[in-house]
Amino acid sequence: MRVVECYELAKELTCLQIPLFYHSVVAGFPSPASDYVEKKLDINELIIKNPDYTFFVRVRGQSMNKAGLLDDDILVVDKSVLPAEGRLVVVYVNGENTVKRIHYVGDRVHLVPESEQSEFKTLIIDPFNDTFEIFGVVIASMRKY
Amino acid sequence: MFLLADVQSMYVSVHQIFEPSLNQVPVVVLSNNDGCVVALCAKSKSIGIRRGDPLFKIKDLVRIHTVTVLSSQYALYADLSARLMRCLSTFSPDVEVYSIDEAFLGLEGFTAYDLTAYGRCIKDTVKQNTGLPINIGIAPTKTLAKIANRLAKKEPANAGVLYLATKAEQEEALKKVAVEDVWGIGRQYAQKLQNAGITTAYQLSCQPVEWARKHLGGIVGMRLVQELRGISCIQLELFPSIKQSIASTKSFGKPIRDFWELSEAVATYTTRAAEKLRQQQSCVNVITVFIHTSPFADGQNYYANSASFTLPTASDDTGELIHYANCILRRIFQSGHSFKKAGVIFTNLVQRDRVQTNLFETRDRVRSKKAMDALDAINTKLGSGKVSFAAAGIEKPWKMKAAYQSPRYTTRWDELMTASI
Repeated sequence: MRVVECYELAKELTCLQIPLFYHSVVAGFPSPASDYVEKKLDINELIIKNPDYTFFVRVRGQSMNKAGLLDDDILVVDKSVLPAEGRLVVVYVNGENTVKRIHYVGDRVHLVPESEQSEFKTLIIDPFNDTFEIFGVVIASMRKY
Repeated sequence: MFLLADVQSMYVSVHQIFEPSLNQVPVVVLSNNDGCVVALCAKSKSIGIRRGDPLFKIKDLVRIHTVTVLSSQYALYADLSARLMRCLSTFSPDVEVYSIDEAFLGLEGFTAYDLTAYGRCIKDTVKQNTGLPINIGIAPTKTLAKIANRLAKKEPANAGVLYLATKAEQEEALKKVAVEDVWGIGRQYAQKLQNAGITTAYQLSCQPVEWARKHLGGIVGMRLVQELRGISCIQLELFPSIKQSIASTKSFGKPIRDFWELSEAVATYTTRAAEKLRQQQSCVNVITVFIHTSPFADGQNYYANSASFTLPTASDDTGELIHYANCILRRIFQSGHSFKKAGVIFTNLVQRDRVQTNLFETRDRVRSKKAMDALDAINTKLGSGKVSFAAAGIEKPWKMKAAYQSPRYTTRWDELMTASI
């Protein structure tokens, strides 16, 4: 198989525009602000550290609303971040993708919900009976109003 | 020193990243138009499915073993491939992207490294960061790296990484590989070698260089044998070579009988080929168009025809090329047939800055270039096909069918992977 083409991830969005001049320079008095011009704010820079290892996941449900993850949010997931104690992780458990806070208790993995509603329970992974795989760590969530 | 990394069953592995349930069942991925199997996992192989099997042939196996069938989702594969290559490029300054799922890394100067451990680190990092499972072969030549990669995959004891450091290890590896599995030995040479009693890569590596020159296609054969012996003759290709011909050909989702629909398809393929042409800054001198009916349909006469046209001046203007392609099509079209496939091929390419113009030229080349640049810029920014020539059609009912499509998880906001919380 030969490579046909490779696509760049959102190249324009990570290309930051730094204005060379604050306004076109007319002969005479230059703008006092021109020494202080800074580059524009870019959402990509704020949220995404490793674009090559970052994926987006949409969530549905109520089990993490106390953690600030609401139904229909888009999560920013960085696969290169290690799933350390206490992090929010997207995981595949027993046939389903879900998002929980991960805790390591003794030699067991605990997947803990954080919800206003009380119906959601912690899942303790049984390495012999459960299928369990971590997709990545949630580094941000996005919501439009 | 060369490292070859390649993804295990790439297309299947990509789908498994976003649908981990696919790890437990046999899976196959189909080619364009859901024609035949283009990728499969180990489970599918164990029940008798092979790459290249047409879908209709394996329908029973699919039903009996509940095989998951998926259409190719190239947008997804292209994106994951780009991520893989960028991840690999963090491990060496010299990376040659060999194909959508394979790359050579140059390990010149990595003399202080434990290369097996480094290989393992690369494999683990790629799996963590992209989700793709890769196998790694490391050796002093590209051809040996390919052999190492093959054995890394095939022998479970290697756990996916094999470094052939010493001559003894290289020879032992060569003894385990059949001559037809050596990089650069195709079916014909393999047959020739087997007839001469050479069945393993090791036996081939023992042949005198002169013999290789005489029997294996001159200097290419010589280099192959040298490489098997550990003498590096093939360098990393760090810059992609300019293609000498460009083709855009595809079968139709449903057969076409109507001339206008057929000309839409041909215009679309011409557009695509012209985009590739401009991407490498070439112009085309000879256009060939071919059409044919299905070779398998009974009750129908098989009709196939093609014709070529040499342009008065080499061009890269889509509008002009569509016009010529259409003229050719008019000449080869015959009514009363159901066409299954068409294609447009550009040959005799020349670099844009070397085009010989014509004394009787009437086209405004400067204006045409501006128009093409604008067209390409818009399509790059807003999405392929945003602006196109009307001749290429709007509805395109003949487009590829893909009945088992997966979402484009990484390139469409409305097709994201979902999780229930």
